[in-house]
Amino acid sequence: MTTQTPLAIEASGLGKSFGTTRAVDGVDLAVPAGTIYGVLGPNGAGKTTTIRMLATLIAPDAGSARVLGHDIVTEADTVRELVSLTGQLASVDEELTGRENLVLLGRLLGYSRAAARDRADELLDAFDIAEAAGRLVKHYSGGMRRRLDIAASIVVTPRLMFLDEPTTGLDPRSRNQVWEIVRALVAEGTTILLCTQYLEEADQLADGLAVIDRGRVIAEGTPGNLKASVGTGSLQVRLLDPGRRAEAAELLERSVGPVVLEADPAALSAVGADAERAAIAVAGLAHAGVPLAHFWLQQPSLDEVFLALTGHAADEAADETSPTSDTLREHAS
Amino acid sequence: MTATTRTTGSADTAAVRRAISSTPRPPRPGRLSAALVFGWRGMLKVKHVPEQLLDVTVTPVMFLLLFTYLFGGAIAGSTSAYLDYTLPGLLVMSVLFTTVYSGISLNTDLTKGVVDRFRSLPIWRPAPLLGSLLGDSVRYVIAGTVIIVVGMALGFRPEGGFAGAVAALALVVAFSFGLSWVFSVLGLLMRSPNAVMNAGFMAIFPLTFLSNVFVDPTTLPGPLEAFVDVNPISVLATASRSLMAGTPDGVAIVVSLAVAAGLAAVFLPLTTRLYRSR
Ligand SMILES: Nc1ncnc2c1ncn2[C@@H]1O[C@H](COP(=O)(O)OP(=O)(O)OP(=O)(O)O)[C@@H](O)[C@H]1O
Ligand SMILES: [Mg+2]
Repeated sequence: MTTQTPLAIEASGLGKSFGTTRAVDGVDLAVPAGTIYGVLGPNGAGKTTTIRMLATLIAPDAGSARVLGHDIVTEADTVRELVSLTGQLASVDEELTGRENLVLLGRLLGYSRAAARDRADELLDAFDIAEAAGRLVKHYSGGMRRRLDIAASIVVTPRLMFLDEPTTGLDPRSRNQVWEIVRALVAEGTTILLCTQYLEEADQLADGLAVIDRGRVIAEGTPGNLKASVGTGSLQVRLLDPGRRAEAAELLERSVGPVVLEADPAALSAVGADAERAAIAVAGLAHAGVPLAHFWLQQPSLDEVFLALTGHAADEAADETSPTSDTLREHAS
Repeated sequence: MTATTRTTGSADTAAVRRAISSTPRPPRPGRLSAALVFGWRGMLKVKHVPEQLLDVTVTPVMFLLLFTYLFGGAIAGSTSAYLDYTLPGLLVMSVLFTTVYSGISLNTDLTKGVVDRFRSLPIWRPAPLLGSLLGDSVRYVIAGTVIIVVGMALGFRPEGGFAGAVAALALVVAFSFGLSWVFSVLGLLMRSPNAVMNAGFMAIFPLTFLSNVFVDPTTLPGPLEAFVDVNPISVLATASRSLMAGTPDGVAIVVSLAVAAGLAAVFLPLTTRLYRSR
């Protein structure tokens, strides 16, 4: 295989252990230039570790990767000139003001004092943080801090940008602002590797997607493919009589798919329900005389993606020793 | 009270796109200028939280008062005679104690996400560390100046005059700059700022007291005297004393600078490596 679209990231068999934890266990990635590529995974899946290796912050102990054609180990210095990183912990200095942060980075990237100031002001204006420019970052709201963080990453526009969970903890409006900025970056030609825990975020932004779990890529494709393979969503049901939940679970499992018993003793959900199957399932419950408080169809969440792809719920990955008894389905593995 | 609720719209997409596209990449900064930018960062932190200078000023003054008035009479016969003997040594002690804070602040820095950004920048590797230690040197100068000024207020008059005092301060700061690389290694290895502080003071307290800073070693039992004589802190205190007295002790000065250079030569590469791999 030779040149089709050039690849911005090519990783093969990338691995990294911390003590006995195999944080990343043989990850292969092929990210086409000029796209947003999502890496979706639950807590502890190895997203941050993967990004840190690709951004040359830590060396892999297995496999290799090229970023924009340069090896991340032997040409780390060149890679650093082409990429920038917006880490999971805000990668800005809390004890400085927003403007000082940007001027500092401008100076470190080689701007003169005056040019660094101009660039800082331009970014502060564009990212809607001008009013807080003179305040210490530790007093910023989460959304402002994130925008400053992204602004800090594009003091010099990078050819590739790593974004590690850029919207975790943000309210919907701040989240939309970040999404707009990300779209603008791609429109201007930057490739973006986006780690996220939210299927919706990947769905909104990403052109391609890899799902990782326990340090391995377990699925790859477009967000559309992935959702199709998961089913359109889950049927959420709340019963009037918690005592009949087992009976309801059995019915739903037969007509829809794997059932999750929620923490609420009257609630359960069935994964993989499209509208038609959901209608049949609800009719089935009514027919069997199981009284419903209410029901609704929900878009697939990361949990459901994981349940469908791996047979275990996402949050169990982090805590393998005590599988929750909530899933009716046996651990397939 | 005026409460203004600001309803800023979403980031202006056109402005964002303009900001993104308008960046010709400047040439890489030189090594020294990158380091100086990090020094400037240290200064900004002091500007925002000037109280952090209390650490480096209050403790030395306390020691100065304590030793001069509590022990001065007993050790040297009179407080003013003792002040002449001990002030150049106290200068050494107060500045050396300040070096421990370099390790503490480095350790604190490492817990923040901003270090990842620095490490992902295409800059000279030692620049962040070199720069913050250069910034810390300003603290060393402050700590030393405070001691000298308070000492003079109490009646200390260096024979070597202003030039002698400045020379002594410069020597002590240069030595501390070398020593601070040792505490940077501690800062990179230890798990918490507190651990750095404990380890740092555990090392520097006994070394300072087992030196000629407070007492003339000829009054000590033999083996102890031997140790005190080779303790680099004694050598530095001797050099500082000689400069203040206007009779520079060439050997002590050269040995002090050589020890500082040696410490930096060993620990600077180590810090840079640890900073990269942490
Ligand atoms: N520096 C480290 N030392 C020890 N273990 C680590 C270190 N960094 C990560 N790990 C472990 O490696 C695994 C993967 O961590 P990583 O941070 O890459 O996951 P993640 O997908 O980014 O998770 P999250 O969504 O919580 O950010 C986890 O089990 C984590 O505890
Ligand atoms: Mg992470």
